[in-house]
Amino acid sequence: MSSLWPRIEPLLARVEKPARYIGMERGSRQPVHRPDAVAWLLVYPDTYEIGLPNQGLQILYEILNERRDAVAERSYAPWLDLEGEMREASVPFFSVDTHRPAADFDIVAFNLSAELVYTNLLNCLDLAGIPVRAEARDDESPIVLAGGHCAFNPEPLADFVDAFVIGDGEEPVGEITEVVNAWKRGGRVGGREAVLHDLATIPGVYVPSMYEVEYDGAFIRAVTPRYADVPAIVDKRTVADLADWPYPKQQLVPLIEVVHDRLNVEIFRGCTRGCRFCQAGMITRPVRERPAGQVRSMVESGLQRTGYDEVALTSLSSADYSGIDTLVGDLINEQSGCGNVGLSLPSLRVDAFTVGVASQIQKVRRTGLTFAPEGGSWRIRQVINKLITEEDLYTAVDAAFSQGWRRVKLYFLVGLPTEMDEDTLGIAELARQVVKVGRKHTKQASCTVSVGGFVPKPHTPFQWFGQNGSQELQRKIWLLRDDLKRTQAKVKWHDPEATFVEGLASRGDRRIGRVIERVWRAGGTFQEWSEHFRLDRWSEAMAAEGLDPDWYVTRHRTQDEILPWDHIAAGLHKDFLWQDWQAALAEHGLPDCRWTPCYDCGVCTDYALEHIVASPVPPAGGSQGTGQDLSHGHTVPVELVERRPSAVTEEATVPS
Amino acid sequence: MRGERGFPLRVKFSKHGKVRFVGHRDVARAFERAFRIVSLPIGFTQGFSPRPRVSFGLALSVGHESDAEYLDVELAEPIDADVSQLLTDALPEGIAVVGTAALADRAPALQEAVTAVEWEIEVTGADGSAPASLAVARLVATAMAEPSLRITRTRKGREAVEDIRPAVRRLEVLGATEHGVRLGVEVSTHPVSVRPGELLAALGGDLTGWRVLRTGQWIERGGARLEPLAADPRSAVEARAS
Repeated sequence: MSSLWPRIEPLLARVEKPARYIGMERGSRQPVHRPDAVAWLLVYPDTYEIGLPNQGLQILYEILNERRDAVAERSYAPWLDLEGEMREASVPFFSVDTHRPAADFDIVAFNLSAELVYTNLLNCLDLAGIPVRAEARDDESPIVLAGGHCAFNPEPLADFVDAFVIGDGEEPVGEITEVVNAWKRGGRVGGREAVLHDLATIPGVYVPSMYEVEYDGAFIRAVTPRYADVPAIVDKRTVADLADWPYPKQQLVPLIEVVHDRLNVEIFRGCTRGCRFCQAGMITRPVRERPAGQVRSMVESGLQRTGYDEVALTSLSSADYSGIDTLVGDLINEQSGCGNVGLSLPSLRVDAFTVGVASQIQKVRRTGLTFAPEGGSWRIRQVINKLITEEDLYTAVDAAFSQGWRRVKLYFLVGLPTEMDEDTLGIAELARQVVKVGRKHTKQASCTVSVGGFVPKPHTPFQWFGQNGSQELQRKIWLLRDDLKRTQAKVKWHDPEATFVEGLASRGDRRIGRVIERVWRAGGTFQEWSEHFRLDRWSEAMAAEGLDPDWYVTRHRTQDEILPWDHIAAGLHKDFLWQDWQAALAEHGLPDCRWTPCYDCGVCTDYALEHIVASPVPPAGGSQGTGQDLSHGHTVPVELVERRPSAVTEEATVPS
Repeated sequence: MRGERGFPLRVKFSKHGKVRFVGHRDVARAFERAFRIVSLPIGFTQGFSPRPRVSFGLALSVGHESDAEYLDVELAEPIDADVSQLLTDALPEGIAVVGTAALADRAPALQEAVTAVEWEIEVTGADGSAPASLAVARLVATAMAEPSLRITRTRKGREAVEDIRPAVRRLEVLGATEHGVRLGVEVSTHPVSVRPGELLAALGGDLTGWRVLRTGQWIERGGARLEPLAADPRSAVEARAS
């Protein structure tokens, strides 16, 4: 059987947004499947609108389809309406490119960008007719893979995923293809166990079934490979030079509106700002910049090919790109004949230089600008190592309002280590000051405060920290909300109960797998969608498995504890992370290692890698943690101080 | 004098196959991208958020196909070459530009100008079974003999009963198909219009449109029945002035 389309078509007439399931985007492929090519189905286990723009999935889709020994198609989690129709009509999970059943592929590979999609992964497998538990699959079942940031703690999904790819996927997907192809063409000698064993010897590939986990009560005593040639610790894979991987070359252009609906060009990978809460920054080191010439040509050819009128230069902190102002200037000047092409820089740093770059690119539509100070006081920002001074923030905001922006959005975390109510109320104070600064320029000035509950993540200095419970998070959010009542600042927040479950999945061990399975069986899919999330499903599943949620979520870990992800390495030495955790507790900030001596976190030295940064000097403009005097982080510009308390404020004027 | 808004171009396109599941607004966005891909010199609106000056004709429901859709686009400068093939290559598979025509300045807008629409509707039973041609023919004959055909419409949250019979100009059985029975339909768009689904509901018999295809749109004016590409051509005088 090849295409299920004739059976899918009648179902689409009855569902919302049927174009989610038709494929046919510009840049998409309808590959011809061949016995000598390994067939990959790349799945983003959330809706099409969220999954389609995922750059990781698009990059692998192209790389695999360029190979002679592989074909790749895509799929996304069907929304509940279509899922119901599919189950009723016995139509299995299918690819959107040629509408082939998922079970007909050799490999079904999931992108894991967020923990709350875990139940969707199980649902996609079940809908495909693939046994949900890895142990129940036979030689004919597809090999189930997963990659993405969540794979850095694979254990909660160890029961369901045959193999995880840790780190950058560009290189290992080829090696996996070769192993699976050899096994297939050799008559599947040794069965599934043999191919999984071979996969486990590929650097960066973790096969959970090749490891025994021993417990000591609730704690892990040891994780041991079952074979001598399976590594005790799986090291992440890292693409040494982004210039060798100018992907996607043919970014997909969706037929319906999706998130980040624009041309996206990755300008660098990795970040060494060292924000201690940020898993992405920790696990993607070192910094690897794409050469400016390559960025320019990817932008030019991308716009011409896609017809998009907006391009985003993406990274974890785009204003940190060496010579970002020159790059932006060049791009704007080169855009002749393209009409009104907009440029955007997601993940902006907080300072006046950044606002200058933003104003260079956003000539029109200056409505909203977003900054992420993350912490409400200078003290807590040193704890989390987000070294934004009050002065940085107010000068950035002043520059933004003076140049025509009317709305500033600020992102904060609550539930951070050492946090006290004065830190939470500091968020309100910052928001009030921001409105005040804005009012000097426009009566329409407004400020939105977006608050997320902090979830400690594996491979960060905060991996030992006991997360705030959902009631404590809610209390802090309400404290903040009440303090900002009757002001021009609006507060938005995430559901603390969903944050709690995210914490459970983030730092869970293999035993959490059964909990995920129970929640899925009880109908708990699309858990990151607030209308489908219910905490009681998770509480009931934990109780049924005899597990204590607080032991997993709110408990502080000790230095000697074996963490469930200790056999997965992001390159960061555990000693370095522990020292950084102690530095956090001592409220001690750590400048960016791109422009200061190496702290020996372990990544560059152990993996023989280097930062690839075009400029040896830090970016201009009072940027955080690059050698500026950190003793004045809390100083408020003089005109914002209600009653001038004399001497201290003398040096605190806004630099113009 | 040259039109203040530039040089209007009418584009006729078809929409067939899987792409019929893409809605009107998203088709509009696909055209905007296609115009940029082929570097068509589009005119833009003034102001803080310049938008391309494109106006679409009657909307086509999600799931319906068409041989004859139209849009008008204002160009900043006239073009000589036929861009149909270039646009088709830049558009999603299943959407094809079948013709273009330079329009007179201030030609009436499509939404107002189009007065009649033709459809071919392949109907099945609600359960997907094929109904007998004769049974469908009887329903059609009964409906066409009625002085009025009342349906319930929801407008602004309020239910209202409306008579669609005056809008139905032609309704006939064209023959049996693999899946059901094909109907030929022509309806007017003013003052009352009727959608294919509403027409089937009014027929009774629990019929579903398995394939709904718009086959033509017409501009009727001063006794003439004009294909929209031919309705308001740019005159030689205008062309010379440009």
